[in-house]
Amino acid sequence: MADDKPRLEDLAAADEERLLDKPTGLWRGAWRRLLRRKGGVIGLFIIGLMVLVALLAPLIAPYDPNEVLIGKEDVVKRGDPCVHLFGCDSEKPQHIMGVDGNVRDQFSRVVYGSRVSLSVGFSTVLVAFTVGATLGAVAGFWGGWLDNVIMRIMDVVLGFPSLLLAIAIVADLGRGIRNTLLAIAIVSIPVYARVMRSSVLAIRELDYVAASRALGASKMRILVTRVMPNALTPLVVIGTLGIATAILDMAAFGFLGLGAQPPAAEWGSMLASERNQVFSAPHLVFFPGLAIMITVLGFNLLGDGLRDALDPSLAD
Amino acid sequence: MTAPLLQITDLVKDFPVKSGILQRATGHVRAVAGVSLDVNKGETVGLVGESGCGKSTLGRMLVRLIEPSEGSIRFEDEDIAHLKGPELKAMRLRMQMIFQDPYSSLDPRSPVGNSVAEGLKIHGIGDSDERHERVMEMLDVVGLESYHAHRFPHEFSGGQRQRIGIARALIMRPKFVVADEPVSALDVSVQAQVLNLLKDLQKDLDLTLLFIAHNLAVVEHISDRVAVMYLGRIVEVTDRDSLYANPTHPYTQALLSSIPIPDPTVNRNRIVLQGDVPSPLDPPSGCRFHPRCPIAVEGVCDVEEPELLEVGDGKETHVAACHLRTGAHRHLDPAPR
Repeated sequence: MADDKPRLEDLAAADEERLLDKPTGLWRGAWRRLLRRKGGVIGLFIIGLMVLVALLAPLIAPYDPNEVLIGKEDVVKRGDPCVHLFGCDSEKPQHIMGVDGNVRDQFSRVVYGSRVSLSVGFSTVLVAFTVGATLGAVAGFWGGWLDNVIMRIMDVVLGFPSLLLAIAIVADLGRGIRNTLLAIAIVSIPVYARVMRSSVLAIRELDYVAASRALGASKMRILVTRVMPNALTPLVVIGTLGIATAILDMAAFGFLGLGAQPPAAEWGSMLASERNQVFSAPHLVFFPGLAIMITVLGFNLLGDGLRDALDPSLAD
Repeated sequence: MTAPLLQITDLVKDFPVKSGILQRATGHVRAVAGVSLDVNKGETVGLVGESGCGKSTLGRMLVRLIEPSEGSIRFEDEDIAHLKGPELKAMRLRMQMIFQDPYSSLDPRSPVGNSVAEGLKIHGIGDSDERHERVMEMLDVVGLESYHAHRFPHEFSGGQRQRIGIARALIMRPKFVVADEPVSALDVSVQAQVLNLLKDLQKDLDLTLLFIAHNLAVVEHISDRVAVMYLGRIVEVTDRDSLYANPTHPYTQALLSSIPIPDPTVNRNRIVLQGDVPSPLDPPSGCRFHPRCPIAVEGVCDVEEPELLEVGDGKETHVAACHLRTGAHRHLDPAPR
């Protein structure tokens, strides 16, 4: 408490200054709260690193991920990691994660794999988020038969085990990254639709929506300017966590041989192709697995951090 | 006398009650059961009643946030009860609402300047400079600073938020405003501030105000006339002074006796009502108040529904709906209790 007068005035002046300069937007406030959370910062760091690795892959990776080194270098199939720093013979070519069953540099493949995983993660969530949020908002806001039709379809989709449904979709569309991406997006639409619908249902009953209506705003205007922005917050959290799930699903598809097709460097299919050599060449499953784990962990940490940071009841 | 600004006739609102797995309507709640009320230009009418009596529903019907089931609302000689589309939108320029909860009535993601300007934007009034100017002007009128326009609702206190809500409602210069318990969510010290602001604005802007409250003391402060509501019906209407001097309906008397008097030496007969408000799903027969009425007479009050009739205290505007106090049965002996 300010008990002497000058200090009180200082405080008032500082307060005034703070109020007069550009207001802190809601997102900036959320950002600040996020940076105050250890988990969120770690998640952000991991994801930032991954994005950087994906963007700079050609600079980081010492080899082309698909280059077969047989006959070019003195390496053997599934050769152990060789790091000069850790005492590997400097005569030998350096492969810090070893060499895979097709005599390709594992490190380069893991680095390039981040491109597939991240882009799949982001784009599936983007598709599922957009479609799901729109469907959910329409269902919740207009209600009635439209709500029933949309949500019953969502219930049907949710009724299938998601991976099984996605496999069915891929089986129909054909293998490959793009189709897998589409399949993962389709099976995750209902989650976004449901969350969006329930927050829209809650928000449309609030007085500020009634106030907009009393002012003469059209339904569309209310939905877009009042309801949607307020309903998006929980979706952002789910979306972040959804990226992690999408990456895992993509890896699962790769593992099952339905996702990325060889020779594409993708973590899941890298695991799959070397799964029988777990005991003789553990490094070939260890590193792609580790990459999946760290990325997923990063998104999960960020998601948890965002959940707290975006909660408007926690003022900063 | 000139025609009233707002003329409500036999207004009814039924809410369907849904039950069963198919959510079929199995009945209805008559939240407002035939209300007639005139509001004259420039006056403040207080609408009081306990929770669930339908006063908010009535208020929201008047500004067309809830569709009326039956009856008419004549506003400036135009029946607005069933307006649609562009006519309804045009009507909204003249009629606004101030909400009870200052926390849920402002969009937390919208700077308050935008919230206040929304009406102007919707109706395409002025260009962005003019709108900005009017927002600043309005913020000043309700006692806020211009830099507040860029702030978000969570940065304000309850009283400030309520003033923002008032600014939002009044920026379009409406003629009629429904204030739905605008101070009941505020601290007592802030209540007076907001009430006085409303009172001043009403005078300055020549507003007509329907002030909904459950607190008679607040209503006394601001109203010219008071209407008392019980279970979807109006039971007494009169000017402020005679309501407090000469309350006629037993329900009004009970409400008045519940106002605390800050003087321990005053010995009063408090009328404590028995029981709860009956369910509007199945309202009592006859007079809706009879199961809780201290003076109800069997054979009359539980059979016939009383109408709003002149009380006969020399004021023709003082009407009440009670068999024992007005009309043909007025000389019946009240039931001893």
